[in-house]
Amino acid sequence: MTSEVVLEAEALTKHFPVRARGRAALSRGPKVVHAVDDVSLSLRRGRVTALVGESGSGKSTVARLLAQLYPRTGGDIRIGGVSTAVKGGGRHFKAYARRVQMIFQDPFASLNPVHTVRHHLTRALKIHGRYTGEESLDELLGRVQLTPASLYLEKYPHELSGGQRQRVSIARALAADPEALLADEPVSMLDVSIRLGVLNLLRDLKERLDLAVLYITHDIASARYFADETLVMYAGRMVEGGDSETVTQRPAHPYTHLLVHSAPDPERVRGGPAPYDDEDTGEPPSLIDPPSGCRFHPRCPKAMDVCRARVPERTLVGDAPDHWVACWLFDDEGKGEGKGTDAEAADIETTDIETTDIEISDVEAADVEAAAAEAQAPELEGAAP
Amino acid sequence: MKYFAGRVGFYLLTLWAAITINFFIPRLIPGNPVDSLIAQRRGEIDSNAIKSLDILFGLDKHQSLLSQYWSYLGQLAHGDLGISFQNFPEPVTSVLGSALPWTLGLIGTTTILAFLIGTLLGVFAGWKRGTWVDGLLPVTTFLSSIPYFWLGLIAVTLFTGVDSWLPSSGGYDPGLVPGWDLGFIGNALRHSILPAATIIISSVGGWLLAMRNMMVTVSAEDYITVAHAKGLSDRRVMTKYAARNALLPSVSGFGMALGLVVGGTFLVEYVFSYPGVGLQLLNAISGHDYPLIQGVFLTVTVAVLAANFLADLAYMALDPRTRKEG
Amino acid sequence: MKFHFRLPGVKVMVGLVLLAVFTFLAFFGSALAPYDPSARSNDILQSPSAKHWFGTTHIGQDIFSQILVGTRSVMFVGFFAGILATVIAVVIGVTSGYLSGWAGEAVSTVSNVFIVIPALPLIVIVTNVIPNSGDWAIAMVIGCTGWAWGARLLRAQTLSLRQRDFVQAARANGESTWRIVGVEILPNLTAIIASSFIGTVMFAVMTEIALAFVGVSGISQWNWGEVLFWAQGQQALAIGAWWWFVPAGLCIALLGTSLALINFGIDEIVNPRLRGAGRTTVRTADGRKARMRFGFTPVLTPSADEGGGR
Repeated sequence: MTSEVVLEAEALTKHFPVRARGRAALSRGPKVVHAVDDVSLSLRRGRVTALVGESGSGKSTVARLLAQLYPRTGGDIRIGGVSTAVKGGGRHFKAYARRVQMIFQDPFASLNPVHTVRHHLTRALKIHGRYTGEESLDELLGRVQLTPASLYLEKYPHELSGGQRQRVSIARALAADPEALLADEPVSMLDVSIRLGVLNLLRDLKERLDLAVLYITHDIASARYFADETLVMYAGRMVEGGDSETVTQRPAHPYTHLLVHSAPDPERVRGGPAPYDDEDTGEPPSLIDPPSGCRFHPRCPKAMDVCRARVPERTLVGDAPDHWVACWLFDDEGKGEGKGTDAEAADIETTDIETTDIEISDVEAADVEAAAAEAQAPELEGAAP
Repeated sequence: MKYFAGRVGFYLLTLWAAITINFFIPRLIPGNPVDSLIAQRRGEIDSNAIKSLDILFGLDKHQSLLSQYWSYLGQLAHGDLGISFQNFPEPVTSVLGSALPWTLGLIGTTTILAFLIGTLLGVFAGWKRGTWVDGLLPVTTFLSSIPYFWLGLIAVTLFTGVDSWLPSSGGYDPGLVPGWDLGFIGNALRHSILPAATIIISSVGGWLLAMRNMMVTVSAEDYITVAHAKGLSDRRVMTKYAARNALLPSVSGFGMALGLVVGGTFLVEYVFSYPGVGLQLLNAISGHDYPLIQGVFLTVTVAVLAANFLADLAYMALDPRTRKEG
Repeated sequence: MKFHFRLPGVKVMVGLVLLAVFTFLAFFGSALAPYDPSARSNDILQSPSAKHWFGTTHIGQDIFSQILVGTRSVMFVGFFAGILATVIAVVIGVTSGYLSGWAGEAVSTVSNVFIVIPALPLIVIVTNVIPNSGDWAIAMVIGCTGWAWGARLLRAQTLSLRQRDFVQAARANGESTWRIVGVEILPNLTAIIASSFIGTVMFAVMTEIALAFVGVSGISQWNWGEVLFWAQGQQALAIGAWWWFVPAGLCIALLGTSLALINFGIDEIVNPRLRGAGRTTVRTADGRKARMRFGFTPVLTPSADEGGGR
């Protein structure tokens, strides 16, 4: 069952111009930072879509593009099926803001230090004509579990804790009664112990208000916990997508692999087999001059010639509906060109299953074995030329 | 290079603005200044002189404003700044020519000295907070609030008299012929001590405060802590790390502050009758000598722009970030 | 909107008190003056006495009265020009900081031009050239030329504020541009605006006194600069009449200092690191002195007879 699509992006692209200096200004044409290239996603009612990537992958830019805080270079954004392009400050933007709201990463920086909570929320309500006096403020704070409201209304941001500030930010976003909520790393700057509380609040709100939520994070584990769908970004491009369980448990793309296994794991310290060659895994590339073809190829241990030449297209992995990956390892074309691919691809998945065995508890072992069987099947199919 | 080109472009723009302001000044004057001059001189004026003055003041009514502007620019390009009313028939350029070196010498040395002294003291004041050096701040602030010219008046009263060594006015003893000989130079230097001292004492405070604030801000940065942790001596960290970085805003503000220094110096020249450009300006104003007024304004602005340019070059040398991008 | 009020230090209190005294005199100076400042008398060039606290001029005028009456012109022109210049600086600086692209750059270039062109010569020239320069006209001229520093400062601050998350959040909420500038950004700039205002008042006071000193006519009677003008003209120095020009200069210096002290106070509120360090030398347990410096941890080497004093 798929719910209605609230907000979707198609082939979204954003290039930031770079001020050419010195000799560079004389040689080539104007340089750009390819922050976001060809990103497509859909946000559906009552579902959380996670966008995962490391710093500099372009995920925050995607959020700001969806909020239309700056204009896009290419692609389309559709709200309720209708294509839209608005500039900040005017009437049209306000109408858009009424339907799409955003929460920022830094709870302290996103609140104006000279204004009280009351001011923030009153303005948020008044802009969209939803201020009906004191009760509307009380109700708004109640929704984010900051009660009694009188305790919080007169406070300044520096008088609140990080978790409280973030709840105020969420309340401010909800004041507009939006259909879509874009959460840019909402818990990254909070203490680990309060993260769960805020994430649970967001899930609760999503269910009650039937919101479409975009959850941006660098922590793939929280994506598994919180989101229904997970998308992985690298260097401005999307590399994998599917439901959270599949993507986090059976990552197909080498980069997702890297993400999943880069979380420190006590089991590994005790001497379990290293799933990957743990040596220097490299750094994200420059976005002004990104690598040709697949942008991950300089860091990818399984890189082939075709990876340097052409950008991989989305192909279905096959182990779950909607699990797709942009990687030549999975594309028939790519497979044809590289002899060693089959064995190597098998390597990845087999290794993955072993690790999964070690990481999870016995109760889930049965599930894993079933999944392993499934994973083997498509692999065998793919092996047939 | 982009930085460099940007600065040059800016100075050209400012020069154009100053020229244009100069163009409009005499057009604000009620009445016709040239006629009054002719009356003053009882008609004994060269017709070429009248023509050039007409262009300067835009009194040739047959021309539109735009062509007047072009004629004015052309005149400037030939180095013709008009003829001084008061010193008729001496052209403005020659009047300024003899006065400019005095002012340049005075401002040049005092500004550089004040900058150096103030910045140096500021380095210590910022680095060694909590010691007696902090007490310097209110003192220099008080001194900075005193108008340059008043300080000059006090200095004259306190330090000069009928037979004192320090002269109370003038650039050199009357009767001496200006020249590059040692006797004259020594005499000129003696005459410049008081004016220079008043300017320096008054302006040191500003530099000191600015440098101190920057030192305080910079010394809280992490790289200073790292430098200490590396085991470098306190003096070395203070100079090569902290002061080097704290200096940048002062240098970039140097050129901008020059505009203010010029004003103060003019008043000092007035008090001491120091034969510089400022004295000329103030005399010209009371004497309604408009060509001279315009000439002074233009010359001073050009000089300030040149100084700004030099300060920018110094900044480029000090801040590697500007070089890397260019 | 609440301000974080710490009890202002000694410096600021002194500044405020001085300023209050001058403001009081600006309003009530002429009422308090014992003599009409322009009235001649036979007490020519007298040094300070019980009858004439600051002595008299070459035609017997009471200098004390002149100073008292002149305070009004000084304060009025100074503050009016300061307010005018600050308003212009805020409008130009903040809008050029918030507008992105070439519009902001163009405005910034204009203000840079005004900074570089020497102000005093320009003001002296303009005030001499325009007819009818009274207090108002002088204040207007100073205000219209002295805004550039503040505008540059405010533009730099606005540029950095514009990137902050809470401004982006207000935009994302749908707030209109004017409200963002006025309600979100402006309150965060109050300290800088206050500091710039005071700086501009200082500049205006100095400039108008300088103008009076060189003889620009039209400024209200007995502006302190005018007192000095007469003193200079009558060669007060040569005849040793020190009382003629000392009070005027001292008043200028006191007013300037009071403004500077207030400025210090504002600086310290904005940047708490700049506050005076107070007592920084402490005694350690073994009786040695150690100097505490902000940001640095003192390192004590063990003395010979004690094992590692801390």
